[in-house]
Amino acid sequence: MLKVKVKILRFNPETDKKAHWETYEVEAQPGDRMLDVIHQVKWFIDPSLALRRSCMHGICGSDAMLIQGRNRLACKTLVRDVVKKSGDTVTVEPIRGLKVEKDLVVDMEPFFDSYKAIMPYFINESPAPATERIQSEEQAERMAHSSNCILCACCTTSCPIFWVNGSYIGPASIVQAHRFIFDSRDQATHQRLNIMNQNTGVWRCRTAYNCTEACPRDIPITQLIEEVKRAVMYQQA
Amino acid sequence: MHHRYDVLVVGAGGAGLMAALYAAKGNVSVACISKLYPTRSHTGAAQGGIGAALGNVAEDHWEWHMFDTVKGGDYLTDQDAAEVFAKDIIDVVYELEHMGLPFSRTADGKIAQRKFGGHTREFGKAAVERSCYAKDRTGHMILQTLYQQNVKAGTLFFNEFHVTDLLIEDGRCRGVVAYELSTGELHTFHAKAVILAAGGYGRIFKITSNAVTLTGDLMSIYYRKGLPLEDMEFYQFHPTGLAKLGILVTEGIRGEGGILRNESGERFMERYAPTIKDLAPRDIVSRSIITEIREGRGVGRDKDAVNIDLTHLPREVIEGKLAEITDLARTYLGLDPVKDLVPIQPTAHYAMGGIPTDLNGLCLSDGNGGTVEGLYAAGEQACVSLHGANRLGTNSLGDLVVFGRRAGIYAAQYARQVEFADLPDDPQAESRDLFDSLRQGTGKENAAVIRKELQESMMNNVGIFRNGPDMEKQVDILKDLKARYRNVTVGDPSKRYNSELIEAMELGFALDCAEAMTASALNRTESRGAHDREDFTERNDVDWLKHTMAYKDLDKPGNVVIGYKDVALKGFTRAFEPKPRVY
Repeated sequence: MLKVKVKILRFNPETDKKAHWETYEVEAQPGDRMLDVIHQVKWFIDPSLALRRSCMHGICGSDAMLIQGRNRLACKTLVRDVVKKSGDTVTVEPIRGLKVEKDLVVDMEPFFDSYKAIMPYFINESPAPATERIQSEEQAERMAHSSNCILCACCTTSCPIFWVNGSYIGPASIVQAHRFIFDSRDQATHQRLNIMNQNTGVWRCRTAYNCTEACPRDIPITQLIEEVKRAVMYQQA
Repeated sequence: MHHRYDVLVVGAGGAGLMAALYAAKGNVSVACISKLYPTRSHTGAAQGGIGAALGNVAEDHWEWHMFDTVKGGDYLTDQDAAEVFAKDIIDVVYELEHMGLPFSRTADGKIAQRKFGGHTREFGKAAVERSCYAKDRTGHMILQTLYQQNVKAGTLFFNEFHVTDLLIEDGRCRGVVAYELSTGELHTFHAKAVILAAGGYGRIFKITSNAVTLTGDLMSIYYRKGLPLEDMEFYQFHPTGLAKLGILVTEGIRGEGGILRNESGERFMERYAPTIKDLAPRDIVSRSIITEIREGRGVGRDKDAVNIDLTHLPREVIEGKLAEITDLARTYLGLDPVKDLVPIQPTAHYAMGGIPTDLNGLCLSDGNGGTVEGLYAAGEQACVSLHGANRLGTNSLGDLVVFGRRAGIYAAQYARQVEFADLPDDPQAESRDLFDSLRQGTGKENAAVIRKELQESMMNNVGIFRNGPDMEKQVDILKDLKARYRNVTVGDPSKRYNSELIEAMELGFALDCAEAMTASALNRTESRGAHDREDFTERNDVDWLKHTMAYKDLDKPGNVVIGYKDVALKGFTRAFEPKPRVY
């Protein structure tokens, strides 16, 4: 058992003018998830702590937060990833660039608005065949990375361009656009590339690599953004 | 706040999203309420695949799929539901592909298919490739695809709204009441038809693959109205959860050739299911694992797990088709399935029982054909009794889309034909009472402590192996926990994002589900599918080939009244007579 000090940035809009740090001491095993540690705080020390979480194993994307200064999913971050010895302090903050609603809960609406802006849905107006549309293994593999995205917002909210300019649609939406631009069955490539070519689109990216580092699913986001840039340049996919 | 929609969908996982899409096609106004953001629904956690007799890899027929579903369900499956399902699912898988779902592909570009537990050719002769998959994140892709299609269709979502009450009067559903997490306000949703699709309740168990939000809310609300829950004793433990954590390790791991081994490295499934070995259905594999552990052949410090062995498979298969679980094993156990054995143990996974419905999703109010007008249910929350006593792997994703679609179609059809029924004078009264009682408790009890005791005791007393004395003990434990629950107080007075209040409410729902399950299991004195009694080890078709209907005794708190419903032993064109279930 390790003794862990968890320092959480708290903010309750009903009582607080600004956010403040609170530190809690809990015991944890090195293999525990940080989400387990935060649950210890919520369930046994201060139940007013607000956070989002659901699946507890890195697939729902609810519990993106800043842990030890990095964007991560609390359920995919083990205590041993961030705590070396008993008595160490771990900081926990809400992800940046979206309005804090309470404690670790941020307003996700702008994030999902950007998502919706890229036409994040399959478009093929030709009559569907009686069975499947044929797609080669290589063509299917083209979507392997981009379709892996769980919309947790770790990438977008670690992007310095997004922090400075909230109208930038951000890495997550570009990944979603990539998902459809490079789908051999989809017919709306040019419309999406035109969205990517707008001044809120892909050219805002300055290749800081924060998104790739932040992705809890190891999606090579910067590479995918570069592929979309190239497709816009040549208007092809 | 007051809202009005022709059709209201509660839940935004696979079933809810499919229902919303189809209701909208029926030219009615539709809204969807979810306690999460839709993309965070638990459908996303399903890994292995969706079974459909496409025959892309090996010859297959819907009749074979229907047979496997009926036999897998230990003949408690309603065969009319199984027939509809096995036929419909073929269309729906193609439909998902047409919606853009990025399935894995065969060498000739068709949807790829692989083996899964309990799926066979020629009525049980050998395993068959029936599971259509998108790597090992099929549920993730179904959830994303259906959400994308709803964005395209402009479906209206109310995210982070918790339903607190169903408005049912004179046998007709008139809408729901929901609590908006971001403001703390109650909302009344007036609707002609309501579709319930809010998922399962695995969080009543200590070791579970289920999300922390799966607390059986709508099942409990239904039950609190004096309406029945069907077949609650049948709860599936998935044989392969990551040891200690319960995180799901897909059955695709065995479909791709993974082998279960005990402490001495023996492939023990050869002894329990000689024909299909590691690809036996989940109930059989789960019991085999527990038997190995009980007889001292487990692995790990506490000898409470067994290993899954992938080390003989090519690295490309492990890191390609099984990438998701490879990542899970590396992240949570620090093990690499390419070269290490991975310790697993059974994990509470799926409710075969739930809110009873007919084939169109219409909710049943008793075992004799009574219905709740205007109320539909689909997905894990519902019991159309496709899965009977044990669900085959891949049939949950199939259930969601097939019966979600039907519920959407029929709810819209109903809504087009009727006027809005009047709401009660004070529709929010019961919800206000619920929150008032949580805010005004005596404060002697902590909800988290009660939840932990609930989860541990259900695991111990109503788990994979069951017996009368343990379950009688559990009935008393639940009565005690419910009494203590009344002394829980929510200390946080805030209105916005008061998750303390929500968690306390969810605990009350979970306690009700546990009550219905325990009473149903204690009542059924036989072993069938996932319901395995040490004191009644045989399946007893003479007395027990019938569905359980558990009613809350509204006059005597803590009492459960048990009724029954006939099993449909025939489909529309095919019928399979009950036979001993050997593999």
